Amino acid sequence: MTALLSAEAVVRRYGSLVAVDRVDLRIADGERHALIGPNGAGKTTLLDLIGGATRVDGGRIRFDGRDVTRLGPARRARIGIGRIHQRPAVWPSLTALENVVVAGWQQVGGFRGVRSRARFRSRLAEPAAALLEQVGLVDTASTTAAHLSHGQRRQLEIAMALAGRPRLLLLDEPAAGLSGVEVRRLAGLLAELPREVSVLLVEHRLDLVYALADTVTVLHDGRLVASGEPDEIRHAPEVRRAYAEAVR
Amino acid sequence: MTPAARRWLLRAGGAGLLVVAVALPWSVDAYTTSLFARTLVLALVGVSVALLTGLAGLPTLGQTGPYAAGAYAGALVAMHVSTIGVVQVLAGAATGAIFALLTVPLVVYARGVVVLMITLAIGELTVTAAGRWTSVTGGTDGLAGIPAIQPVWGMAPLASDRARYLYTLVVVGVVITTMVMLLRTPAGLLLRASRDDEARMRASGHRVTGYLAVTFVGAGAVAGVAGSLLITAQQYVSPADFGFDVAALLLLGVVIGGATSIGGAIAGTALVIAVRDWLSGLLPGYAPLLLGGLFVLTAYLFPRGVAGFSTELASLVRSRSRGRTGPGDRPGTGIQGRPSRGEPVGVAPLQVGPSGNRSTGHGGELP
Repeated sequence: MTALLSAEAVVRRYGSLVAVDRVDLRIADGERHALIGPNGAGKTTLLDLIGGATRVDGGRIRFDGRDVTRLGPARRARIGIGRIHQRPAVWPSLTALENVVVAGWQQVGGFRGVRSRARFRSRLAEPAAALLEQVGLVDTASTTAAHLSHGQRRQLEIAMALAGRPRLLLLDEPAAGLSGVEVRRLAGLLAELPREVSVLLVEHRLDLVYALADTVTVLHDGRLVASGEPDEIRHAPEVRRAYAEAVR
Repeated sequence: MTPAARRWLLRAGGAGLLVVAVALPWSVDAYTTSLFARTLVLALVGVSVALLTGLAGLPTLGQTGPYAAGAYAGALVAMHVSTIGVVQVLAGAATGAIFALLTVPLVVYARGVVVLMITLAIGELTVTAAGRWTSVTGGTDGLAGIPAIQPVWGMAPLASDRARYLYTLVVVGVVITTMVMLLRTPAGLLLRASRDDEARMRASGHRVTGYLAVTFVGAGAVAGVAGSLLITAQQYVSPADFGFDVAALLLLGVVIGGATSIGGAIAGTALVIAVRDWLSGLLPGYAPLLLGGLFVLTAYLFPRGVAGFSTELASLVRSRSRGRTGPGDRPGTGIQGRPSRGEPVGVAPLQVGPSGNRSTGHGGELP
């Protein structure tokens, strides 16, 4: 498998704190890659670096054979890096359907792509409604996002990310704050994602991680501790040590 | 009350107001009529302020800049080029847009209070320039002797205050209708989403800065049209028409009106002008005090502005008759979903036009 994304020795500092310290990461086409580690390990920062929300202080990021290190988040989104945030980020004054429509806007060519009402309907609105159905939000399509529950917003953000037709989906703790039922629905949704979409998942719920991931990478204090198949990682002593240290 | 019934009621109310606006000059004297014409002009500038402050999230004190540019362009065209209204309005719009285009790089990369300060500087510099550039603007003496306007080719020049008021009303109506129609297309959706969460827009690949730049230029064109109408309404222009007090009054009016609604912006600006020019006539010398009192009162009574108040009233009415409305209209399902009553004005839900109905947006009527 060829690497869809490769991060080479990326560094991010906040003052004297090195949040991400020379981390290498490779995600193959279609891979489900999980990123675990104790709180403050630099997982979200690494996602920010890959998504472009923050710039690297060192190292390079390549996506689909192209150096994206200097590209902004909007450019990276347009070439196929989608993102789900730790706190569901939706547009509160838009309805659920409008949220998905706006999220998919760039992928149909922007204003040029939706010049007529019919095209708007067939290229944006109908696929958006289908995505809402897929994530189980069909009844709330015309509800303003401000009025959705936390779990519903999470589902909505997944639909929004999918509307952007990403080739790499960055998921930042998608199960945080969800009920048991919602987590099961989420696991089902993620398992059903087509293999054209690669996934980089940051998650504390290890059951979800081991159920989904092909590869697990462990971060601790901004450094890469271990990377390998779920079974190797589960029993690796350095991983246990990293977690034990964080607990102590 | 069902949403459809409410829509009809609001439409009927809007039509009623329009009839009153048209009939107005026949029921008051010429001076009051010209006062109303000037109020309409300022209301249009107020709409452009609301477009930036409430919809694009760029609070501005600088719309007096393109307003002034449009006014001087309109005056110069009227004096030297053409007395035709259409030409003057287009000249005003173009000058306002060009003015905005020149200042747009200063504004679109900043946010919040910084925008307020930058736009304040732009407005103040414009006034200073207008006062100094005597050969073109007539300096602080202003430009007088502007010939009477002919709305279109072949029409008689408008000689009365009543005719000028009606002309102003028509142009303001056309501009606002165009704006409302544009905002109901998906473009309005993108603007609202950008105001809601800009970082999320970028994460979806949107060029937010570009959208804001286009909106800023559009708002400049609207203010420019208002400038050319000022020439028609008062047949005189001087830097005093664009001072800081005017900019502050406009922002005050827009905030009182609810910042995110065009109808609210018109009502708020009209209210502020009425307090300044009419109520203060009854209590001479107390205009600033009255305005201050008005602002404190609105801030306490309607934290989301007058338009927000009408929405709250409507949701109260709706919650009483919840059984008859669809699930989509349910207000909030828990603490998470409670309407954002206490939030600052800038983030109140958008309403386009006086209908105040959120579901009339392009996306709302989809399957």
